[in-house]
Amino acid sequence: MRTLKFLLQKEFRQIFRDPSILRIIFIMPMMQLILLPQAADYEMKNIQLTVVDHDHSSYSQQLTSKITASGYFKLTDYSASYKSAIEDIEREKSDLILTIPARFEKDLVKENESKVFMAVNAINGVKANLGGAYLGMIIQDYNREVRLKWIQFPRLNPEPTIDITYSNWFNPLMNYKFFMVPGILVVLITMVGSFLATLNIVKEKEIGTIEQINVTPIKRHHFILGKLIPFWILGMVILTIGLSIARLFYGILPAGHFYTIYAFAAIYLFSILGLGLLISNYTSNQQQAMLISFFLMMIFILLSGLYTSIDSMPEWAKILTRLNPVTYFVEVMRMVVLKGSTLRDILPQTLTVLCFGMVLNCWAVLSYHKRS
Amino acid sequence: MSESVIITNELTKRFSNFTAVDAISFEVKKGEIFGFLGANGAGKTTAMRMLCGLSIPTSGRASVAGFDVYKQTEDIKRSIGYMSQKFSLYEDLTVKENMQFYGGIYGMSNKAIKQKTDYVLNTLHLENEAKKLVRSLPLGWKQKLAFSVAIFHEPSIVFLDEPTGGVDPVTRREFWNLIYEAAENGITIFVTTHYMDEAEYCNRVSIMVDGKIEALDSPTRLKQIFEAESMGEVFLKLARKAVRSE
Repeated sequence: MRTLKFLLQKEFRQIFRDPSILRIIFIMPMMQLILLPQAADYEMKNIQLTVVDHDHSSYSQQLTSKITASGYFKLTDYSASYKSAIEDIEREKSDLILTIPARFEKDLVKENESKVFMAVNAINGVKANLGGAYLGMIIQDYNREVRLKWIQFPRLNPEPTIDITYSNWFNPLMNYKFFMVPGILVVLITMVGSFLATLNIVKEKEIGTIEQINVTPIKRHHFILGKLIPFWILGMVILTIGLSIARLFYGILPAGHFYTIYAFAAIYLFSILGLGLLISNYTSNQQQAMLISFFLMMIFILLSGLYTSIDSMPEWAKILTRLNPVTYFVEVMRMVVLKGSTLRDILPQTLTVLCFGMVLNCWAVLSYHKRS
Repeated sequence: MSESVIITNELTKRFSNFTAVDAISFEVKKGEIFGFLGANGAGKTTAMRMLCGLSIPTSGRASVAGFDVYKQTEDIKRSIGYMSQKFSLYEDLTVKENMQFYGGIYGMSNKAIKQKTDYVLNTLHLENEAKKLVRSLPLGWKQKLAFSVAIFHEPSIVFLDEPTGGVDPVTRREFWNLIYEAAENGITIFVTTHYMDEAEYCNRVSIMVDGKIEALDSPTRLKQIFEAESMGEVFLKLARKAVRSE
C-alpha cells in the first residue's frame, strides 16, 4: 500500500506539472462538446436545388415557392433546360434537380394527374437521400392541397388517405443535440482514458525511467494500479466537466440519476484504461501507441452506434458492436439521459463492460514484464 | 576482501542465433570496485541486465547478493541499485521528489527518507536546488544525483552502466569520488565504462570481447601481462581481436 502511495503521489505531481495534460483535460472537452454537436447535425439544411420549369404556369410557380419556403432548400438556379441543370450538378453547384414538364398545369387540371422529375446527386448519399425524401414529402403535401381545392365537398373523397401523426417519445422535440451530446461525451472519455494512460506509460519507456522502475522491487500490480488510478480519476473529472457543459450549453439534464451515469462510467473507465495499459505493453514508442490507439478509436466510434444506427448494420458488424465497449456506454448514456433508466435497467451493459474490464486488466498485468 | 557478492558461472544469453554473452564466469568481492570493460556491442549491458534481474539468462548460473538470477530476481532487486546508460530520474520532478519517490518504493520509512535526503543534498551541495526540477540541472549534476539516488536505499551492490558518458573530466573526477565513498561504506561497485583512466581507478577489471571475458585482473597486473603502459593499450590489444562490431 505504501508503495502505491508513492507511485500515485509521483503520478499526480507529474500530471499537474504538465501543461499539455491540463489543456487536454479542460480545453478538449469544451471544444468538443461546444463545437462538435453544432456541426454533427443530421438535419439537412441548405440543400442546393435547381428547378427546370418548362411549364411557367401558376401551379408550377406555387410548387416552387412551396419548396423554397420549406427552409430545407436553397434555390440555386432556375434553369432553362435539363442539360444546363445537369451541368450545375456536375460542377457541384446543385444537389437536386426538379424538372417540371411543359404540360404540368394542363395535365393537372384536365387529367387530374401530372408528373415531375427529380434528379439527385448521390455523391453525398446522406444528403441525396434526405433531400429526395424531403422534396417528395413537400410535393405530396402540395398534391393534397391541390386536390382539396378541387374536390367539391358533397362528393366523396375519391381516394381515402391515411394521415400519420407523430409522438416522439423520450426526445419530444427530436432535438438531435440531446442525442449527440451524450455520445460525444462518451468518445471524449474514451479518448482520454485510453490515450493518456497509454502515452504516459510509453513515454516512460522512451525516456528509460521504466527500466529504473523495473529494477526496483515494485510489484507489477502496484505499478499498473499506480497508472490506472490517476487516469481513472481524470476520466471522472472530465465526465463531470462534460455533464456540466451539457447542462449549461444545451440544457441537458439527465432524466435519470447522475449516480447511475457515474457508476457506469466508473466501470467503463476501468475497462477502457485496461485497454490503454494493454496497448502500452505491446508498443515501445509513442508513435506506435498513437497509431494503434487511433486505429482502434476509429473502429470503436464507427461501430458504436454513435453516428449510425446499429440496427441497419450488417450482421457481422452487429456482432462487432457487441465487442465494442463504446457501444455500451453510448447506449447507457442515452438510456439514462433521455429515458431516465436506472441502475437495474443498465445492468446487462454494466456486467458486460465489467467483464471486458476484468479480461483487459488481467491481460495487461500478465503481459507487463519486468524482465525480458 | 571477504566473500563474493556476485558469482557467475558460464552465464550465457542468446538472442535467437546471436550469442550476446558467451559463458562468462567471474566473481566480485564485497566492497570491490569492479570495472566491466568492452567495446560497444561486446555484451556488457546484456550481462549487466541479467545480473540485475532485468533479463533472463539462456544458460549458466549466477547469483547476486546470494540470490539466484533465475528464481529470486525480486530479492536481487531489493538488494541492488542500478544506474542505466539512459538518464533515469524523472525530469519533471524536483530533486527532492525524486529521492522521496525512489526511497519510498524501496520501502524506506519517511524518517529515513528525510534524513538521507538531507545527507545527500548536503554532500552534493544541492541544498539550493532541492526544489528545482531535475530538468533544469546541468548534466554533470544530474549524473551525480542519479548515482546518489541509485544508492539511496543503501543497497549492497550498485550497477553502473556507463555512468559518466558525456560528462566533463572535472565532474567525472567528482563522480569517482562518490564511487570511492560508496565503496568505503561497503557498497560493491560494478561499473562499465569506455574511459580508460576510469579503468585505472578500479580494483579489478574484466575486458569483454565478443561476448567472452578475455582478461580479468587488477589494472597493474593486466598492464604487466599485456606489456602495456596503460589500460588503454591493454584494451586496444584485446579489443582489436573482436570479430563482431556494433
